[in-house]
Amino acid sequence: MASFGGGAMSAILTNLDANGQGSVLAAEAQAVVRRFGDQVALNGLDLELRSGEFVALLGRSGSGKTTLLRLLAGLDAPDQGHVRVPSARTVVFQEPRLVPSKRVWRNVVLGLTGERATKVAAVQALTEVGLESKSLAWPATLSGGEAQRVALARALVRSPKLLLLDEPFAALDALTRLNMQHLVAELCARHQPAVLLVTHDVDEALRLADRVLVLREGVVGAEVHLPGVRPRLIDDLDPSLRRELLAELGVVD
Amino acid sequence: MRAISPLALLGVWAWLAHSSVLPANTLPSPWAVVQQFRVLFTQQDLLGQLGVSLWLALRGLLIGVSLGLVLGVSAGLWRLGEELLDAPLQMLRTIPFLALTPLFIVWFGIGTAPKLILIALATTFPMYLNTSAGVRNVDRKVVEAARSYSLRGPKLIGQVVFPLALPSVLTGLRFSLTISVLALVAAEQINATAGLGYLMSQAESFQQTSTLFCCVLLYAALGLGADVLVRVIEKRALPWRASVAVR
Repeated sequence: MASFGGGAMSAILTNLDANGQGSVLAAEAQAVVRRFGDQVALNGLDLELRSGEFVALLGRSGSGKTTLLRLLAGLDAPDQGHVRVPSARTVVFQEPRLVPSKRVWRNVVLGLTGERATKVAAVQALTEVGLESKSLAWPATLSGGEAQRVALARALVRSPKLLLLDEPFAALDALTRLNMQHLVAELCARHQPAVLLVTHDVDEALRLADRVLVLREGVVGAEVHLPGVRPRLIDDLDPSLRRELLAELGVVD
Repeated sequence: MRAISPLALLGVWAWLAHSSVLPANTLPSPWAVVQQFRVLFTQQDLLGQLGVSLWLALRGLLIGVSLGLVLGVSAGLWRLGEELLDAPLQMLRTIPFLALTPLFIVWFGIGTAPKLILIALATTFPMYLNTSAGVRNVDRKVVEAARSYSLRGPKLIGQVVFPLALPSVLTGLRFSLTISVLALVAAEQINATAGLGYLMSQAESFQQTSTLFCCVLLYAALGLGADVLVRVIEKRALPWRASVAVR
C-alpha cells in the first residue's frame, strides 16, 4: 500500500489546524503541479478554501478536478508546490465505498479511535441523515441513495473542517439526487466545514455553492461568486450566470 | 425426491451381492459391510485408527494452510512478494504431489515426516492461490476510502483487506481440506503402522474386501465432513454475504 507521501522532494503537505471560525483559511494549495508521465494534470494551481465556505469545482473530463481533490484528501502528493489541509478532513466519493463486511454503524465510525468510535456517535450521525433505523444493516442491503447517505454520515461523524465531495450525487437517480443535495446543503450549514464539491453539473453548482471555480488545463480558469443563501432555486439566479459557466466549460447554448 | 437415486443405487448393490452374480469376496453385501464396521469397531479399535488418520491430516493441513495463507497474503499485498513468490509457486504447483511420494520416502524415511510433508505441501497450493487472488482483487476503491479515513498498515489489512478477501480464503480452505483427505490416502500408503491406511494394507493382504469397503466409505465420509465444516465456517464468518444471496 502506498503511503501518504510519495511525491518529489519539493512537495510539502502540511497540516492546517487553525482555530477555525469565521473566514479563517481552512485549506490551501499553492502553485501545485502534478504530472502523470507526460500528462500535466495540475499546472501551478492556486486555491484557498475558507471555513464555512461551499465551493463547487467544475471542469471537463480530464481537467484535473479529481487530481486536485485527491491531493487535498491526502491520497496523493504534488510534484511541486504546497498543499495545506486540516487533519480533520473527509471525502465522500461518487460510489459509497462502504466496507461490505461491516455493519452500517461500524462503517460510520470506520477509522475513528477510542471513545469517538462508539455506536452512540454512529447512530447520532445516522440520525442526521435519516438512517438511524439502518444502523445494524449490512451495506449490501441498502439502496444506492441510502448507501450514499451512510457515506455522508461517515464523513460528518469526524466533524471535518474540510469536506471533500467527489461527484457524490452523480450515480443517483434524479429525485434522490435532489433530496441528497438538500440534505448536504442543510448539514453543511449546520456543521460549517469548508466544502469542495467536484461536479459535472452546472445546475448543482449553482444550487449549492457560494463560489464556483472552473478548472481548465490544470489551473483555475474562471471564478464566479454567487449571491444569497443556499440551497437556492436556479430560477432566482441571473440566467446569464448559467450561460457564462456553460460557456467556460465550452458549451454554447 | 433427491433420496430416490441413492437408495436405488443401494438397492442395485444389495441385489448384485445377493444374487451371487459376483462372488461375495468381490462385492460384499451392504449388510456385510455394516457387520464388518461392527467387527472393526470392537476388535480393531476403528475409532482409534480413525483418530490417528485425522490427527495426521489435521497437522499436515494446519502447516499447509498456514503456509499458504502467509504466502498468499504476502504475494497479494506486495508487488515484491508477488514477484518473488508467484513464479516458483506456480511452477511447483504443476507437479502432481503424488509423484513426490517416492522421493519423500528417500529423503525423509518412512516415519511421520514424509506423510506430514506430503499433506502440508498438497494443501499449501490451493490456499496460496485463492488467498493471493482474493487479496489482490479486494476493491481498490474501498481500500482507498479506508485510507482516506486514516486506516493504515495492520489495521487496514485486518479491518478491510482481509475481511474482503475472506470469501476467497475460505474457498482455498475448502479445496485444501478436500485435498488433505486425498493426500492422507496417498501418505498412508507409506508403510503405515496405524490409521486407516494401516487397516487397508492389512485388509489388502488378507483380501478382506468388506474391510476395504469400510475404509473407502470412511475416507468418503471424511471428505464430506470437510466440506460440511467449511460450509459452516462460511456461514459463520461471512454473515454479510448471506444477506446478499438471492434465494
